[in-house]
Formats: sequence, C-alpha cells, structure tokens
Amino acid sequence: MLEEFGDQLLDIVLIICFIAMTISIFLLVIRAFRGPSNADRAVAIDTMGINMMAITGLASIQLVTDKLNDVVLLIGILLFIGTIAIAKFIEKGVIIDQNHH
Amino acid sequence: MNQPNDLILRTTTQLIAFLLLGFSVYLFFAGHNAPGGGFIGGLTTAAAFILMYMTYGYEKIKKILPINFRLIAVVGLLITLLSGIGAIAFGEAFLSQTSDYFNFPILGEKHLATAMIFDLGVYLVVVGITLTIILSIATDSDDDSNEDVGV
Repeated sequence: MLEEFGDQLLDIVLIICFIAMTISIFLLVIRAFRGPSNADRAVAIDTMGINMMAITGLASIQLVTDKLNDVVLLIGILLFIGTIAIAKFIEKGVIIDQNHH
Repeated sequence: MNQPNDLILRTTTQLIAFLLLGFSVYLFFAGHNAPGGGFIGGLTTAAAFILMYMTYGYEKIKKILPINFRLIAVVGLLITLLSGIGAIAFGEAFLSQTSDYFNFPILGEKHLATAMIFDLGVYLVVVGITLTIILSIATDSDDDSNEDVGV
C-alpha cells in the first residue's frame, strides 16, 4: 500500500517538476529576446542550459534508466564552453585572439 | 588593450581540457548500444581544442598542435569510404557491417563491430570540419598581413 502511494506521489511530483521547468524555460526565452543588455541574454541562455540538464535528469527518473547520465554531463561541459565564449566576447570583443600584445 | 587577469580560466582549462578529451574517447567507444558514437565523440574533442584555443590564443596552440585539420577531415572521409568498400571485397553490399564476440587474455569477452571503423572515419571528419569552420571564422581579418594564418 505504501509502495503504491510512493509510485503515485513520484508520478505527480515529476509532472509538477516538468511543468515548472517548462514555465522557467519559457520565461528565460522571453528574457533572452528582450534583455536590455547582452549580459542579461548570456545569463538567460546559461540558465536555460541548466534547466535542460534538470529536464534530462527528470526524464531519466521517469524512464527509469541511467543511459541519460552522459547526456547531462555533456550538456554541462558544452554549456561551460559556451558561457566562457560569451563572457570573453563581451569583455574583449574577440573569442580566439590571434596575437598577444 | 590591457591584459585581463584570467588565472581562474587558465587553471580550469588545464583540468577540463583533459577531462573532455578522456570523455570524448569514452563516448566514442560507448557507441551503438548506449548514447555515444563517432559524431558526438568528435564534437567533444573539437570542444576541448576550442577551449584551449579560447584560453591560450591562436598562436600558442598552433605551436602545440601543428595539425592541418582539413587533412584530418579528408583522411576521415577516406577511412569511411574504405570501410564501405571492404564489405564489397567479402561479397556483401556496399557499407554492410558485421560484428562478433572475441575473447581477449586480460579484458575478457568483448563485442567487436566493423561499424567502429566507420565511426572512426566519422570522428575524424567531425573533428576536422568543426575546427576548420570555427578557426577560419575566428582568424578572418581584413588586412592582408594575416593571409598566411588560414587554417
């Protein structure tokens, strides 16, 4: 009886979490389009990536599989590189500098 | 332009670039039955190289990695083509793949597939093409003094 209650609770919590993540990504898309400065857009895109990692983790809980753990790690690494590229573009104007002054 | 203080970026790049290269090899060998394969492994390797280019600049990494990435893309295409032609040599259709289980002394029974050769070609093509595109955009310049910088 307790296990049945646990399964139902997990399903309901997963659905609530998916909906919350979707609303969060929707609001972040609005911020990425309307952001007054480029730094706001950079933060919005970075946070969208974190939400993507969260959704992948929730999907792996719902599908009861561990195949998606690599995907979470890969999204995190590529997000890190993208954030560094945007930060360097905002600060220096070039991403790969050709010669040191 | 003053030199920015990027000590944290340089220190983390030393760690994360090697983590990325190891993870790309893992992804390359995890293919077929799990998330992974030649394409995503190649993209991860390219991401590691681009991280090093972003941190240390074009000139320094050009000295450390004197690789012609266009040549790598062509060699990868050649490996892919030869893995397809190899199937014709055994009387099968073009690009037929097979696999079998082999016993190794230390590793035990392993599943070896000829699709791995095809994947190796895809891996090299993805690394070569990604880095060629990104570096030729990054080193694009108006003045003629940089003409020999082309990847």
